[in-house]
Amino acid sequence: MIRHLPALLVIVPLLTALTVSALSWVAPRLCLPLTFGCIGASLASSIGILVEVIKSGPVVYTMGGWSAPVGIVYVIDYLSAPVLVVVTAVALINLIASSKQIDRDFSDKKGTFYTLYILFVTGMVGIVATGDAFNLYVLLEIAALTGYSLIGIGHERAPLSSLNYLFIGTIGASFYLLGVGYLYIATGSLNMADLARFMAMPEHGTSTMVMFAFIICMTGLFIKMGLFPLHGWLPNAYSYASPASSALVAPLTTKVMIYAMIRVGLYVFTPAYVFGRLQVGGAMVWIAVAAIVFGSLLALAQKSLFKMLTYIVIAEVGYMVGGFFLGNRMGITGSALHIINDAAMTLCLFLAAGAITYRTKSDDFKDLKGLFHQMPFTMTAFTVGALAVIGVPPTCGFFSKWYLIIGGIQAGHYGYAAALIFSSLVNAVLFFRIFETAYFDQPGDGKGHHHGHHKHHKHKNKMVEAPVSMIVPLMITALGLIALGIYTGDIVTHVIQAAIPGGIA
Amino acid sequence: MEQIFTAMGAKYNYVAYIILMMVGLYAMIVKSNLVKKIIGMSIFQTSIILFYVSTAYKTGKTIPIVPYDAHAAVQAADFINPLPHVLMLTAIVVSVATLGVALALAMKIYRQYGTLEEDDIHEDLRSEEGKS
Amino acid sequence: MITQTVFSSRPLVAVLISLLAVPVLLSCRTKDIRETWTFIAATLKFLVVASMLPLILAGNEIRFTVFDVLPGLPIAFRVDAFGMMFALVSSFLWIITSAYSIGYMRSLHEHGQTRYYCYFALSLSATVGVAFSANLLTLYLFYEMLSLATYPLVTHHQDQEAKSSGRTYLFYILGASIALVLPAMLFIYAKTGTLDFAAHGFMGGAFSKSTLLVLVLMLVFGFAKAGIMPLHSWLPAAMVAPTPVSALLHAVAVVKVGVFCVARVITGVFGSDLLLSFNLNTVVCTIASVTIIAASLIALSQDGLKRRLAFSTIGQLSYIVLGVALLSPYAVTGAMLHIVMHAFGKITLFFCAGAIYAASGVKNISQMVGIGRRMPYTMTAFLIGVLSVIGLPPCGGFISKWYLVLGTLQADKPVFLAVLLVSSLLNAAYFLPIVYKAFFCTDEEAQFKKKVDEVPIWCLVPLCITASISVILFFVPQPFLKLAQMGVQAFIGG
Repeated sequence: MIRHLPALLVIVPLLTALTVSALSWVAPRLCLPLTFGCIGASLASSIGILVEVIKSGPVVYTMGGWSAPVGIVYVIDYLSAPVLVVVTAVALINLIASSKQIDRDFSDKKGTFYTLYILFVTGMVGIVATGDAFNLYVLLEIAALTGYSLIGIGHERAPLSSLNYLFIGTIGASFYLLGVGYLYIATGSLNMADLARFMAMPEHGTSTMVMFAFIICMTGLFIKMGLFPLHGWLPNAYSYASPASSALVAPLTTKVMIYAMIRVGLYVFTPAYVFGRLQVGGAMVWIAVAAIVFGSLLALAQKSLFKMLTYIVIAEVGYMVGGFFLGNRMGITGSALHIINDAAMTLCLFLAAGAITYRTKSDDFKDLKGLFHQMPFTMTAFTVGALAVIGVPPTCGFFSKWYLIIGGIQAGHYGYAAALIFSSLVNAVLFFRIFETAYFDQPGDGKGHHHGHHKHHKHKNKMVEAPVSMIVPLMITALGLIALGIYTGDIVTHVIQAAIPGGIA
Repeated sequence: MEQIFTAMGAKYNYVAYIILMMVGLYAMIVKSNLVKKIIGMSIFQTSIILFYVSTAYKTGKTIPIVPYDAHAAVQAADFINPLPHVLMLTAIVVSVATLGVALALAMKIYRQYGTLEEDDIHEDLRSEEGKS
Repeated sequence: MITQTVFSSRPLVAVLISLLAVPVLLSCRTKDIRETWTFIAATLKFLVVASMLPLILAGNEIRFTVFDVLPGLPIAFRVDAFGMMFALVSSFLWIITSAYSIGYMRSLHEHGQTRYYCYFALSLSATVGVAFSANLLTLYLFYEMLSLATYPLVTHHQDQEAKSSGRTYLFYILGASIALVLPAMLFIYAKTGTLDFAAHGFMGGAFSKSTLLVLVLMLVFGFAKAGIMPLHSWLPAAMVAPTPVSALLHAVAVVKVGVFCVARVITGVFGSDLLLSFNLNTVVCTIASVTIIAASLIALSQDGLKRRLAFSTIGQLSYIVLGVALLSPYAVTGAMLHIVMHAFGKITLFFCAGAIYAASGVKNISQMVGIGRRMPYTMTAFLIGVLSVIGLPPCGGFISKWYLVLGTLQADKPVFLAVLLVSSLLNAAYFLPIVYKAFFCTDEEAQFKKKVDEVPIWCLVPLCITASISVILFFVPQPFLKLAQMGVQAFIGG
């Protein structure tokens, strides 16, 4: 069974998606349970594979029995196994949390929504699992297309933002495809492990065609992950989408693209080529620094919750890209760790923001007044998420930042370390501004409440907490942030260290 | 200079795909009409398909079908590389799907704003923001 | 000196008790049950801490590793004499402050009392966590936890003043720790590969003098809770908090955590040998001296009693920093003792300030003329607190100051002796008039025509206890003197 899990991880959701789509005509009430069961099963098998990988090393599955390099292989190794768990866990948690939101926003299109939801997860799982460069493109587009639809299904400005995202996303994917084409011309292979072997040959190490392939592949991925200055599509797409969609798409898309970047960088082009031969590291880290600074500053300029979160996502992308291109063990460890942590953090914040808008119908800062009294549980989880983003121990955000900054210092790249510190400070300002509004100000009060003289006054505002189905997943995520932080040591020693090729110091 | 021209002549397929790609990009960036943008996107994707397929071509070789009565050992060098074609079959499916999603979104936008001109939509949005 | 390392989970238990009290407090329905639980938690915590005392006094060291959060860099506890001393004081004063809180919060009918007690418990967890930290990472973790847990306490009133004070508070405390401590810590870790406190520091000879100087400054200023100028403004701002908060947190726990961190860093990270060899300790001494004098001068001009106390605290904190940075055995002993002595003295003063406010609603010194006749017990306790802070017998403050003075001579730095003496005079100048005016004034001057009663017994008893302890410590400075001497033995070995 374990042997077939890598294939089942993709095939089962694919088939379930079709079933859900068909069911939506016959028995729409069964759509949610079926989706839930499917993603739950994916999560269970991902965890199973992770355990298997930790126990006995990477699992390789050859599709249809065609062995590599001719056939398509799925490889679950130390790098992909934890990301698989993250992808499926995020999808499951968000599904539970958003079911009410989906009922309310898309009552007539529930079946469609769930179909897209599963397909999106399929695509993401596939990207993580595949060991074939072209297959990666196909799954990238499956995930992207369903992502566009999940965003575009929302109301108001969502379709327009989604179309813009689609244009830019298509360019990104096409660039990646083009890069793979050049790589194929140069080496004659599409299998990642095979390509890495070819890269060790001197004639490929020096070839301009391979260099061109690298540049264009990476550019494609950078567009897809929204790395500054290629981030233009991201804020609108994530903030105008329905919270049910954005809490799925925002934590996963950028993070899985970072995963793809690490995968392609380490396991296709190989570290010796990327960090040794090309020497692009320094320049890329500076771009990452720009992304961090720019993202943080623009987040500061926002006046609504979701918009602010999207710019934080842009800054976080800078964290991870920078960490990877530092090219040392600490930096890459931090980058890989941050994929996991940031997915959890982003999920927590987007879910909390979703719960808030579910009740207040607005995410404008001025509508957040008095929320600590009205939605104490939501705000508690939001606080934990915020602390993780700021990087306060023992939340997970602190520890990935730890690795990234140490990596920066060891590489002698102090600008990067400083940018991370700067971004932590800005994040602190961002979130404490929200806390102030939510803690001190009274709702329906223009300038904030002055009650210095009658402070015995009982708060009249009633608790209007979000439904239990939202609160429970949110709380689990918030606790997860702390658990991830505490178990950082185990995650790093047992999984991530093994995922980084030995040659990297 | 002459060298460049010879190189371009020898690899005219590359030149062709790059020109097509730029045409597509131009349309996506400059055009204000959403459908024109979508057309540009389609051209952009097609250019890459063309690139792939053209790289498979070998002058004077035949289509990759092994004759029924082949008695000599089959030499891969005698045939056009079939793999890029197969890959592009998938890529075409992807691009058709993208086109479908894009057109669906465009329809949704048209229903919402009554226009496909991006400039008009943005004007709409601005005046809406001004009001609220 | 250290004979044995004992592995025990007791430090963790001590930290966790008040953490676990939070859900219990949240689930309490009535005030009485909630207050009972606060007491139980506080007493248990103190007992657990105190149960480790014999082991420590016997020259042992207690260690416990909780999680390996980063490979080779765990969240770990280590109890040594210095940490023990601090934990003992803060957990003991939590009991007293709980009693005082009950009287204060009830008589002023404060809102949000559940939240108040919960965050108080959380703050104490963090404080003891800092005291027992085995490495800089653990220290930083609890330091940040304390910053965040005290924010809702400082802003308890939830009005505009609390909001802006809270902003100042976080800006300094959180800002400095993220901008200065975090990078310095990461840099040290990246270069040395460890963060475990060692008796003589672990920095080795890998750093140039200028790098060391920058690191020292980053860490000394970064722990802004120590209130070293110019990063002191948060403390006067934090005085908007309810008085028990100011008393325990801003006279004992929070600010002492700041100086404790600075002391730990100076002794456990850099080490006395390294600092002395580069003469970097003089830089820290100078910074502390400037703060001492400046804070005392500012205190002179403050009319709000709590604000005057705040500036006095800023000055007194720098005594401790100065003492540690002098790095002579007597000075370090004095500095460590001063953590204890000043804690008892200053908490008495804050309790009195709160009692005056609770009884009469008066916050300003100019309105306190003649109050001694109305509240004789409170003002007597106030006098004792004042004597202790100035450093006059028969109060504990005298002992620590005595050691500090000896320490300056032992370090052969008479300049700092002058600083101590001048500042003592200034202390007297800003404190004694309050007491004098409270008792001795003509009937026309007296501000209290109406009858003002003593405060409720819940408020009065705690402040009498802390005042008596201040006196007792003068005669029986044990076990603190012993602990301080053991600490010095470990750090300086002289």
